[in-house]
Amino acid sequence: MLWKNNLTAFMLLVGSAAFTLPAFAQLKIGVITSSSGPSALVGIPQKNTVALLPKKIGDLSVDYISLDDASDPTASVTDFKKLIEEDKVDAVIGPSGSPNAMGVIQFAAESGTPMLAPVGTAAVVLPMNEQRKWVFKTTQNDDLIARALVEYMVKTNVKTVGFIGLNDPFGENWLRVFSALAKEHGIQITDSERYQRADSSVTGQALKLLGANPDAILIAAPGGASVLPETTLYDLGYKGKFYQTHGAALPDFIKLGGKKVEGTILAASLMLVLPEMPDSNPSKKVANDYVDAYQKLYGVKPATFGANVYDADLLLRHAVPIAEKAGKPGTPAFRSALRNALEGTHDLVGTQGVYNMTAADHSGFDDRGRVLITVKDGNWTRVK
Amino acid sequence: MNTQIVLILAQDGITNGAIYALLALSILMVFSITRVLFIPQGEFVVYGALTMAAMQAGKPVRVVWLLAAFTVAAVLCDVWVRYRRNGRLRLTLAGSCTLLYPFVLALLLNRLPLAQLPMPTQALLTLAIMVPFGPHMYRLFYQPIAEASVLVLMIVSIALHMALVGLGLFIFGPEGARTTPFIDYPLHVGAINLNSQALLIMLTSVLLIVAMHQLFERTVYGKALRAVAFNRLGARLMGISPVLTGKAAFSVAALIGTLSGIAIAPLTTLYFDSGFLISLKGFVGAIIGGLISYPIAAAGAVAVGLIEAFSAFWASAYKEIIVFTLIIPVLLWRSVKHYPIEEEE
Repeated sequence: MLWKNNLTAFMLLVGSAAFTLPAFAQLKIGVITSSSGPSALVGIPQKNTVALLPKKIGDLSVDYISLDDASDPTASVTDFKKLIEEDKVDAVIGPSGSPNAMGVIQFAAESGTPMLAPVGTAAVVLPMNEQRKWVFKTTQNDDLIARALVEYMVKTNVKTVGFIGLNDPFGENWLRVFSALAKEHGIQITDSERYQRADSSVTGQALKLLGANPDAILIAAPGGASVLPETTLYDLGYKGKFYQTHGAALPDFIKLGGKKVEGTILAASLMLVLPEMPDSNPSKKVANDYVDAYQKLYGVKPATFGANVYDADLLLRHAVPIAEKAGKPGTPAFRSALRNALEGTHDLVGTQGVYNMTAADHSGFDDRGRVLITVKDGNWTRVK
Repeated sequence: MNTQIVLILAQDGITNGAIYALLALSILMVFSITRVLFIPQGEFVVYGALTMAAMQAGKPVRVVWLLAAFTVAAVLCDVWVRYRRNGRLRLTLAGSCTLLYPFVLALLLNRLPLAQLPMPTQALLTLAIMVPFGPHMYRLFYQPIAEASVLVLMIVSIALHMALVGLGLFIFGPEGARTTPFIDYPLHVGAINLNSQALLIMLTSVLLIVAMHQLFERTVYGKALRAVAFNRLGARLMGISPVLTGKAAFSVAALIGTLSGIAIAPLTTLYFDSGFLISLKGFVGAIIGGLISYPIAAAGAVAVGLIEAFSAFWASAYKEIIVFTLIIPVLLWRSVKHYPIEEEE
């Protein structure tokens, strides 16, 4: 009996040792996604991507703590504080939504925790200040995409453009960025309209846009909401060109729009047209690996949003070994060094493009981070 | 702004308004009969539309398993109540038929080539799945607390709404969906394009409203429902079962919600969480009618649709604000007029 008890005690001891030892050198990364609620379309591929991330960086084991904010900015703040105060994470990937990310920046700065936001709006990293220096963004800045669109407009002789965008930070920032670029290139914006994601009809806005009969119409909305204005305008007999932002770069866009979105021009990362990309493009291999791994686990192709989280992890993977020289994970010194290392990222190839961070640019893409894409015969094709 | 634009906006406004009117009438009817503010009304719209879309896309219709769960729970509740009353565990014939229904339906859905079926058949199947949710919901969530205050019933409605939105995400996924139009036949009257689908919606609404009117005026069941709305206790003394009327009201609400969903699905992309805003606008209509008058509620809902369409044209950034601000002067006017809302506690 005594022997048996001893054995049990011994096993307990070994067991607990086995559980506590690796925790010694452990990195904790918090992930906040909107995997339920209105932005679930964006958040679900992001949450799914976490399972693909390798559990080791060098000798460090990595613990990913994934939380859902239900697309609610208030819940994002609660999640963020929980990650910092209770779990003591070294970095945070997320949140998914633009308003959600805007809300947590001050807490990232207060606690000195680097945050890698896979969100659409450039407002999280621009204009750069004391708070935003803790934030890095793994999506193309609006102006990078907008520049590609405007250049193509100039090339195809578009002189007047009507704008319709979502009534949120994404639409707001696009109007600002696009207006500035359009003015620079002598393109006139005839009208700018707003709509809500949940709107069941945008006929009013569409009629107003049609009134000025512009050469092209730019629609700025993330996800499936980008389809409705385009189909409405098509039905009302608009014959000009449609331009979309990288927010529309998902397979659902064609599924929902059908033949009415044929010929739409948009600029986005290479994810949608991977097979068409030349092998010389550095991101092709990384993106292919990611898509294969995702498809193997879930049986479907990932939306671009998931790749943004994957890239955030790639950035961390690169920066952690450098930061480790300055201190142990879990200390403020480590987090601060991690931030510096992220800012020093140079020529890092991700799924979305090539990252070159600087103190002023925390998104770090160049022209390799976007391609012009159009819809042809119900498929995404590169604009030649 | 010329006549053509006015006409297109009016068409758009009346189309949306027709749907809001249907929902307003349904919310009003459920409230007057059961005192429940039926917030999940919008979920029927979304579930109906997304079920139809799933059929057309050839995806498995998973919502039928939710129906099965609801049915099993509802029948078990009945069995338990009878056991408590007379100490015998017994399943009635009606109970077993109810229990069998979702499983037969699931088998049918599994066997039929759903995507190839003609659209009216798809619509009928969608109704066959969605309408039984109405009475089961009443049985499970409202019948046990039928005598509770309006506030308690409303809180239950909100909880149910939240749960259904979450289940909607789980069942249908985060992607929005759109169905193929019933008829795609552009009509040209003068200079305007009349959207045939929009005309179909208006026609459906008018028919449903007339049918509701006939039901309440001409049939014994309809009169029983009206009697309950008029005086709950008196109706009960006359032998009208509150359980039956509650279930009937919820069935009609489910039918109207699902039909609205099927009707608007070809016009707009619906998401799992789109229902709330749609039913909220119907609700504004019902409020304009003081939660009492059917014609004023319907007219109010159509007005909401029209105001929405025109404010989208003039000031798109403030559209929702304009629509929901509308409720303030109405409430003010109502309170000044001091219209007593029936509340028998």
